[in-house]
Amino acid sequence: MTTTAKLDVNNQDILLTLREFLQSVLQQNEISAILAPQRLPMKNVVMPVLITDPEQLNRADPLAPYFPLNAARLVTRLTRKPSGGKVAVVLRSCEIRAFIELVKLNQGQTDDIIIIGTDCLGAYSNTDYLKKAGDDPDAFTRRFCENALNSPNESVDDAELIPACRACEHPIPDGADLLIGLLGIDTSKQLLVRAQTLAGEELLVKLDLPTFEEPDARQKAVDALIKKRIDYRDRMFAATHEATDSLEKMTAYLAGCINCYNCRIACPVCYCKECVFVTDVFYHEPFQYLQWARNKGALKMPTDTVFYHLTRLAHISTACVGCGQCTNACPNDIPVMELFRMVSHRTQQAFDYEAGRNIEEEPPLSVFREDEFKDIVGI
Amino acid sequence: MDDFEPTIIAFVCNWCTYTAADLAGTSRLAYPKNVRLIRVMCTGMVDPQHVIKAFLEGADGVLVSGCHPGDCHYINGNYKARRRIKLLKEILPQFGFDEKRLRLTWIGASDGIQFAEIMRELVMQVKALGPSEARLKMVI
Ligand code: SF4
Ligand code: SF4
Ligand code: FES
Repeated sequence: MTTTAKLDVNNQDILLTLREFLQSVLQQNEISAILAPQRLPMKNVVMPVLITDPEQLNRADPLAPYFPLNAARLVTRLTRKPSGGKVAVVLRSCEIRAFIELVKLNQGQTDDIIIIGTDCLGAYSNTDYLKKAGDDPDAFTRRFCENALNSPNESVDDAELIPACRACEHPIPDGADLLIGLLGIDTSKQLLVRAQTLAGEELLVKLDLPTFEEPDARQKAVDALIKKRIDYRDRMFAATHEATDSLEKMTAYLAGCINCYNCRIACPVCYCKECVFVTDVFYHEPFQYLQWARNKGALKMPTDTVFYHLTRLAHISTACVGCGQCTNACPNDIPVMELFRMVSHRTQQAFDYEAGRNIEEEPPLSVFREDEFKDIVGI
Repeated sequence: MDDFEPTIIAFVCNWCTYTAADLAGTSRLAYPKNVRLIRVMCTGMVDPQHVIKAFLEGADGVLVSGCHPGDCHYINGNYKARRRIKLLKEILPQFGFDEKRLRLTWIGASDGIQFAEIMRELVMQVKALGPSEARLKMVI
């Protein structure tokens, strides 16, 4: 059975080729709709759009370096119950990994979807993208890919990408049913299509694409990009550690936080239906505030800011996929992602776990064994 | 520093460690009053949040203590507690909390003497660490 094939690039235009490919997917009988990043008709922002009309795919733009939200939670909305059809969802690597974490928590399921992922070249901040893309966003996406794929050191020139993307060591969507490969491929001629699951293979057969051997150059390009990302990541960890390694420094790091909780709303893996921090538990009695103020002579309000972040770290750091949407959502420019990734890296390592790596791996705080961590017991 | 009296919050399970504390009491065994017991039905119900809150409120040490492996009245609550303490021991030290301030022990219902000894030892160790940063500084 074919597992790798190619998409011939139409008129040297990756974007056009991808749109035509998605149209051919939508034409398959069993596919009812495609959820894909699409440029909205009323403004040049790119949002996840659930598309049933193939015409609409002419504005699809899965490679736009714009990442206003992590769509994993939207996919759970489509899959928490059978929808009566099969939806192809076009997601970034971090969206797929977040979705896998949510599936593990029974908030979504994979039966009625087919996941399509392209090599992820990263994203700019929302405002940078809108400024740079200007009036011709198609041309901008093409220029961005061109630049990202052909910079001199065979990897991506990502100096202006958001830190989450620069530090992302998972640019390849390993969890996709169908992968569209760009790195290490001569994208003026073709794109790689690889089936990575049984469902992906079935679709690939139906699409009837010409077979294609994955070129050796691909692994090299992928490795080089990942290496660069890990180098950046480790520098980021070191700088964040330096900025937060005492309670005093950590409170300074979070000092601008106004407890708006946008970061948890934007976070795809903050899984609680109702967050305790927005319940009455934190609507303290007025006398309580005065009591706290008297304890140290001063009480910063709103209270419980560090408490909120530490609790979120305890609850979701083992599921954090490093998508950076927390930072993106913060009105006060607090580098939330940097903090969460630094801690997540440790907590995930401690449980030999990696968020989104494998749908079969149980979340660390949901399994317990008799013979483990004996060294932490005792005085 | 010599007259520093640490505050230690101990989450103890009803069936084992609390019973041991009770036994220590009825046996008139003295243990330091720095330890404030909070009785919970099982260590498996101690959310990381409770531990974090105790530290941010200025506790110099936090102890979670329950039944020995195999003895938990809810079968595996103590194993859950162990993973959560492991998790917190990865998170809190990154922000300057000494890992030794957070402890987990198993103290069975009949271990009254051991309970008193462990409390004395714990208080000594936390005393040696000095006051926690959260006790001294503003926490936002
Ligand atoms: S904590 Fe931030 S980086 Fe991690 S998954 Fe949530 S939004 Fe993404
Ligand atoms: S989005 Fe920013 S200001 Fe709002 S709660 Fe999160 S860190 Fe604080
Ligand atoms: S009942 Fe004692 S630890 Fe569970």
